[in-house]
Amino acid sequence: MTSPSTTSTASRPVSGRRGRPRSSVRKRVEIGLFLAPAILLYLGFVVVPMLMAVFYSGFKWNGLEPLNNFVGLDNYQRALSDPVFRGAIWHNLVFILLSLVIQLPIGLGLALLVNRKMRGRSALRMILFAPYVLSEVVTAVAWLLILQPDGPVDVLMQKVGLGHYVQLWLADGNLVLYTLFVVITWKYIGFAIILFLAGLQGVPRELSEAASIDGAGPWQVTRHITLPLLGPTIRIWVFLSIIGSLQLFDLIWIMTLGGPANASNTMVTYIVQRGFQRSQFGYGSAVAVILFVISFAFALVYQRFVLRRDTEGATTRMVG
Amino acid sequence: MRNVYKCGAALIGAALLLTACGGGSDDTAAADPNAKVELTWWHNAPDDPLKSYWQTLADEYTAKHPNVTFKVEPIQNEQIQTKITVALQSNNPPDIFQQWGGGDLATQVESGKVQDVTAATKDAVAAIGGSAAGWQVDGKQYGIPFSVGLVGFWYRTDLFKQAGIDAAPTTIEELNAAVTKLKAAKIQPISVGSKDKWPDAFYWGQFATRECGQSVLQKATKDIDFSDPCFLKAGQDLQTFLATQPFQNGFLGTPAQTGAGSASGLLANGKAAMELQGHWETGVVGGLTADKKQLGDKLGWFPFPTVPGGAGAPDAGFGGGDGFSCSVKAPPACADFLNFVLDVENQKKFGALNVGLPLTKGSETSVADPSLKTLLDFRNSASFVQLYFDKALPTSVGQALNDEIANMFAGKSTPEKILKAVSDAAANQ
Repeated sequence: MTSPSTTSTASRPVSGRRGRPRSSVRKRVEIGLFLAPAILLYLGFVVVPMLMAVFYSGFKWNGLEPLNNFVGLDNYQRALSDPVFRGAIWHNLVFILLSLVIQLPIGLGLALLVNRKMRGRSALRMILFAPYVLSEVVTAVAWLLILQPDGPVDVLMQKVGLGHYVQLWLADGNLVLYTLFVVITWKYIGFAIILFLAGLQGVPRELSEAASIDGAGPWQVTRHITLPLLGPTIRIWVFLSIIGSLQLFDLIWIMTLGGPANASNTMVTYIVQRGFQRSQFGYGSAVAVILFVISFAFALVYQRFVLRRDTEGATTRMVG
Repeated sequence: MRNVYKCGAALIGAALLLTACGGGSDDTAAADPNAKVELTWWHNAPDDPLKSYWQTLADEYTAKHPNVTFKVEPIQNEQIQTKITVALQSNNPPDIFQQWGGGDLATQVESGKVQDVTAATKDAVAAIGGSAAGWQVDGKQYGIPFSVGLVGFWYRTDLFKQAGIDAAPTTIEELNAAVTKLKAAKIQPISVGSKDKWPDAFYWGQFATRECGQSVLQKATKDIDFSDPCFLKAGQDLQTFLATQPFQNGFLGTPAQTGAGSASGLLANGKAAMELQGHWETGVVGGLTADKKQLGDKLGWFPFPTVPGGAGAPDAGFGGGDGFSCSVKAPPACADFLNFVLDVENQKKFGALNVGLPLTKGSETSVADPSLKTLLDFRNSASFVQLYFDKALPTSVGQALNDEIANMFAGKSTPEKILKAVSDAAANQ
């Protein structure tokens, strides 16, 4: 951040006395001009719809009739007591847990691997990152074809003698969540890798060299030098991953529509089913508000207790 | 800044759209039949051949009645549904608009937005028979259908022959026997697209149409009260039928119509012998065969079999269709135009387009496909056509019903739970 004094000195006229207030007015006008469009858009497309959702959530409303059936917190009570919605929240939690327990180690391992000097490194990086570039729709449709009964996966498994283990990947209510998690991992692991790779570039080589000279093995270097210095990157990834898991929609909607029998519903597929498909916009708004509160509360707590030391001085302390 | 410009453009675009929506005819109903009137007409066919057909129909009507002109506005199907509801609340609703009947129509009639055309369309309605019932509320005609189709079993005649089945099943026992024979011949008996849920709902709806009489069905959908024991029996019938495991491997994840692996794709490619589907099936199957050709006489149709002791008439159909209504302030020319739509010659031309099934007696000859003809014969002699339950009921209730039926297909529901889902949704409406 540039301090105000440097800029004003540069632009201050020689006479000086009336220059300072004028330039500060001008500065404010400039800031206002530059920020106004963004703020207007933010207010119009983020804040206002959010407040409207809170407002609508108090009504029983099919989206078209006049808003006259105020039911207070009834919609919230209905949502929280609906086993299908509770199931959807649980599925989101499962995705969060699996991401942290499985994607994090895989992502870290692969990032450390492609960070080493070796043949075909850029090709490998490209291959690992490619799925992330695909749109969710393309990913979902491709995997639908791959996973359909007697599709490529089943045939491959039969060919290599694993035919016994072939499952109804997307049609089995007990399995569908994990199948989807594999697809999600396939798609998003590239993002984790690219983030960790960028973080690894910030780890000074001298430190690991010095450690090696002091007799630290590769594992010790990784454990005591690389990982701690990668901490901020990992913490940001965890944040993005959890928020992403809470908002899962496109891929699941295309692959299973939340089925079979709600076994793969997430909070957002539930909103679409109950809000739009059943034309219950008041109720759908209430569920959307619940999702917002969960995400927002998590974001605040995480910022406050986990990300604070990484961002201190940048966002938490405004100077000036 | 580029985003700002884009957004500005979007806002201006949105404003233009809003003004565009505001246009329409003035609502002074002319008492003088020869006074000049302009009819605004919203229909859901933005693509040919139907788009041109409707325009031609409007032009021909104007040629006969020079005082009546049309402003035809084709609107994409998913958009028109919400646009109509919004427009009906405004002071400028379209005079003629697309109408699917059932629960939506009942809501519109309740709020006094739709014209009663019982007297004006009496003769035309008489010529289309039982199908008109879906466009009635409390015995009065609030619109007319121009195309109605039925759900039924589409089957591969070649695979039936291969399995040694001589005649299409007419009772549920015969259907079960056919399933057993097909299984013995290593042919997948029935395909179903359970991922999409609505194909599941067809089964429950058909069992209900076989178990319950016409008056019970009509009262139940009107009052949203499914307490008659016949609905419980319908659920039990479905459960028993599911226990025979007639469906393809992994049917819970199978989509209805997209791709060769879909339920219709399996039928199209001879990997399943039957599918319970609507009248659009010939077209869908035609698009999913390897050579993109229709199956012709390899595809047959038979109505849903009867159940022992069922109170429903064996000739009762289950389906739905498209129609038009006049808004309450539309001039008299509107109702007269509805008669014109149902004119036998016009219905023949409509039938020849192969985008729907015409209704007026005498127009059947225009339908060429053999399996569609079977369907058409059954529909024309049907004593009554039960509208799809998710259409006949208010949206929130209909979808709740579909969801719970789908749960039963996944082995996670009971006949009682299906009925409870309906009453719960009705209470929360």
